[in-house]
Amino acid sequence: MKIGVFVCHCGSNIEGTVDTAAVAAAAREFPGVAFATDTMYTCSEPGQEEIVNAIKEHQLDGVVVASCTPRMHEQTFRRTVERAGLNRYLFEMANIREHVSWIGKDREANTNKATDLVRMAASKLLHNRPLLSKQFDINKRVLIIGGGVAGIQAALDCAEGGLEVVLVEKTTTIGGKMAKLDKTFPTVDCSCCILGPRMVDVAQHPNITLYAYSEIEEVSGYVGNFDVKVKKKATYVDWDKCTGCGICMTKCPSKKATDYFNEGIGKTTAINIPFPQAIPKKAKIDADFCMKLQKGKCGICAKVCPSGCIDFTQQDEFVTEKVGAIVAATGFDLFDWTVYGEYGGGRYPDVITSLQYERMLSASGPTGGHIKRPSDGKEPKNVVFIQCVGSRDKSVGRPYCTGFCCMYTAKQAILTKDHLPESQTYVFYMDIRATGKNYDEFTRRAMEEYNAKYIRGRVSMIYPKGDSLLVRGADTLMGTQVEVDADLVVLAVGAEAAAGAAGLAEKLRISYDSYGFYMEGHPKLKPVETNTAGVYLAGSCQGPKDIPSSVAQGSAAASKVLGLFSKDKLASDPQVSVVDIKRCIGCGKCMKTCPFGAIKEIDFRGMKKAEVIETVCQGCGICTSTCPQGAAQLQHFTDNQILSEVNALCQF
Amino acid sequence: MPVLKGKELRIVGFLCNWCSYGGADTAGVGRFNQPTDLRIIRVPCSGRIDPLFIMKTLMNGADGVLVSGCHPRDCHYAEGNFYARRRLEVLHRFLPILGFEPGRFEYTWVSASEGQRWQQVVTRFTEQIHKLGPAPKIAGPEASATLRQMEAVL
Amino acid sequence: MSVSLTYAYYPGCSSTGTSIEYDMSSRAICAALDITLTDVPNWSCCGSTPAHTVDHTLSSALSARNLCQVASMGLTAAVTPCPSCLSNLKTAQHRMKNDSFREKVSKLLDKPADITVETKSVLQILVEDYGIEKIKAKVKKPLTGLTVAAYYGCIMNRPAEIMNFDDREHPMAMDNIMTALGATVVPFPLKVECCGASFGIPRKDVVMRLSGKLLDTAKEMGAMALVTACPLCQMNLDMRQEQINSANGSKHHMPIFYFTQLMGLAFGLTEKELGIDKLCVNPRTVIDALGMEGNSKEKSQ
Repeated sequence: MKIGVFVCHCGSNIEGTVDTAAVAAAAREFPGVAFATDTMYTCSEPGQEEIVNAIKEHQLDGVVVASCTPRMHEQTFRRTVERAGLNRYLFEMANIREHVSWIGKDREANTNKATDLVRMAASKLLHNRPLLSKQFDINKRVLIIGGGVAGIQAALDCAEGGLEVVLVEKTTTIGGKMAKLDKTFPTVDCSCCILGPRMVDVAQHPNITLYAYSEIEEVSGYVGNFDVKVKKKATYVDWDKCTGCGICMTKCPSKKATDYFNEGIGKTTAINIPFPQAIPKKAKIDADFCMKLQKGKCGICAKVCPSGCIDFTQQDEFVTEKVGAIVAATGFDLFDWTVYGEYGGGRYPDVITSLQYERMLSASGPTGGHIKRPSDGKEPKNVVFIQCVGSRDKSVGRPYCTGFCCMYTAKQAILTKDHLPESQTYVFYMDIRATGKNYDEFTRRAMEEYNAKYIRGRVSMIYPKGDSLLVRGADTLMGTQVEVDADLVVLAVGAEAAAGAAGLAEKLRISYDSYGFYMEGHPKLKPVETNTAGVYLAGSCQGPKDIPSSVAQGSAAASKVLGLFSKDKLASDPQVSVVDIKRCIGCGKCMKTCPFGAIKEIDFRGMKKAEVIETVCQGCGICTSTCPQGAAQLQHFTDNQILSEVNALCQF
Repeated sequence: MPVLKGKELRIVGFLCNWCSYGGADTAGVGRFNQPTDLRIIRVPCSGRIDPLFIMKTLMNGADGVLVSGCHPRDCHYAEGNFYARRRLEVLHRFLPILGFEPGRFEYTWVSASEGQRWQQVVTRFTEQIHKLGPAPKIAGPEASATLRQMEAVL
Repeated sequence: MSVSLTYAYYPGCSSTGTSIEYDMSSRAICAALDITLTDVPNWSCCGSTPAHTVDHTLSSALSARNLCQVASMGLTAAVTPCPSCLSNLKTAQHRMKNDSFREKVSKLLDKPADITVETKSVLQILVEDYGIEKIKAKVKKPLTGLTVAAYYGCIMNRPAEIMNFDDREHPMAMDNIMTALGATVVPFPLKVECCGASFGIPRKDVVMRLSGKLLDTAKEMGAMALVTACPLCQMNLDMRQEQINSANGSKHHMPIFYFTQLMGLAFGLTEKELGIDKLCVNPRTVIDALGMEGNSKEKSQ
């Protein structure tokens, strides 16, 4: 084999701490290496051209690029060598940036290490074989998990693009957090008025199948051919018959059920439809509060229902859907602020969350749009907003900025003044982060036109004083302590990963960060992709996002799915396991360990043998290390290839 | 290249592509400084790692071997790291019987987001190997024959 | 009780003077509960506020010396009624987790500093080791009709990672004990606020303002008395109550008990044993108002 080695400077990223010319010089002495050079930017157009030219000029039949991580540019360079007529698997990368130049400053040690990594890559390459992909059929249906604004956008875009969409929503209605908002910033237009029609579109679109009050039970398969088991949770109402008339709600005697939609401000009935614009507009019984389900007595809803849809014996149901791609749009949850003992830890009824306040502001909310103190129903005069509750606070394990609280707090301060012209609002803030179009102007308006008093500092304590709450904090600009008599305190509670995000990630085989937010394929260049082919992300499940960003991601994920499905067949990854039939003794161990059922038993002249189903194999290589005969070999990661890397290192 | 005398020891890492290799990348992107001894071999999954790779690496003169995969339950291939955990644990317990210091081999779990954790793992393991010092090497005129014999036994 | 609890007892300097009633009542109730307190032999001052504001190593050495004394007794746990002493002991232990710091301290002690002894407050052993339910069972004369506010002060629970006891913002240990004794406990919002502490000496106005606020709020909440667990808090609120009244124009007459004194009363111990007469604000009316249910019954037995 004639190998060409290209050592990248990456500007000064690598060259700064690695002597790339020395690495290239050393590489020329390695077995099989016919050509070696250092280049400024290997991934640039001239850089790639240099590789193509060198392949042609020196008749190279293998290429090593020593540059960044293969997770970044392996695909790029595989296409480059392919352009020059080589098989794309006759290529190896040595990661001398993330694993060398960026983690140490010792130029001698780095150069030495980089040379080692090139030697490993070159000696592995000597054992590489050309590999060819197979084509396989795909199922052009897409599963979207989560019916918030990001999921809705992705669903509608995919459906408009002609795809069949399966939308699965955990609660009884789509709409997510946005449906709970009264107004949106910075335009102060009605949240439900802009989202409502889109929700209706979802309900009416012929290409969309909606499973509300359902969750993902199991995911198997791979890009193009996923099998998804969906659990339809029991609602005790036959939704095929339910017309959403709401008579059951007016008659249900159990009126103390938790009102999840209204964030616990007020109560609802055991059988309920969360809000008038709910999609689907169907009733569900909250089993914890239903007298019939708890004590066996009542059943009034069944008597009054005109369509006879109440079914107290209903059980969870499971359906399996076959899809080719999955979009996770599972959103976020609010941080549990009660860990803040200094804000009362939940003991004071007049300390509420921003989302509770939002429900209070909403005309369709439990107070009919009137701001009332939960304790006594009085209108507040002084309303104090505290920002960064569960954001930018290491002490509660939430060091990140949620990003949208500054904006909604400004919006709520404006709305407070609109609702109660006599009121005075105070906002305790750390920094104002208003980095969107028309955002900073908006916070300015809250201060200047709506006279919200912004106090830069944290609140150290809230405690009841007579009828009101005393809010004590620091004003770091004035260098003083401030005390504000508040009638109502609104906490700008930060976002955290949705409950159950980790469990779903495990089912989807995608990664998540230490806070439970899903990891994108690349922080800059693959914002809606994951490292699992065919699984995409949209919205706040990847990190807190405001509405425009969530919508943008919903559309981005949809465009990725449409792009994937623009082909009728997908090329399989040829880095799959292959069984050498001569060595196979038919023990069947590989079949037992394969997590994908990708190995089947065949009969070969009366002998039991194993055979890999190429399009099902995902290339993990578990069978290879299980096989007692070394018969199963994962292509591109064979025993010989890995051991040649070991040998390249350990011969000194 | 020979190891830098008095500065480095030969440490080989086997990392799964999806989590730990990504974690090492994340550490790089975050510029988390690490000792330079470690050389990483990328494998698709920790379940791909044959314990014999580790034996062979140690026999061939490595001073330490570090294996890292996805956290159990987070495997990209659903269950590869469960197999890895069993195999590697058994290997770890066998090492003293085979005449190797058990401190020269370790396995751990690092996710793609845990750059800082990767830095700690590498730093601590490298320190541990430096405390143990260079591993005894199979040397002398019979060395290659001895190695062949040992490999045959395995 | 199957196993009796035994602790090394570190009274602290205040216990020999300004808060002798805290010491008396702590010993009395522990005796009543079969908790054995063995005095640390030849103990020295923890250094209080002055030591640690001047030198961390010297301050820690003072505590480390006492901890060595405890270890020499063959006991593994030391208990002190005073949160300030406890704070110094625990801070010293926390700092000595650092090897180089511990070496410096050991050098001053001329022997290796002990790192094995566990340190707790009297309040902490009562709720964590002994248990509220068992305390409840020992009540002979419930404090029915007594409405109190429990005041913990700044340092009983903080910093949380060092003190490692109860909630740092909303502790309930004393509240729960008082409820177990039959008293009514008001939700006192300032239970971990500062009383002004040692500012009583250089800046009396600070104490007048801060302690005054505590008394005002306790009264507003309907408390007949404040219950404390700290000698300095108690002193500021009790001894200085007249000064506070004249500085703020208030008319407080609020008895300031140590929680151990009220426990003693509920267990049927005599006022003398509990040092009730040492309190500056006369608690007579409050105690008499209790009527001490069961008093007569006991006499007749």
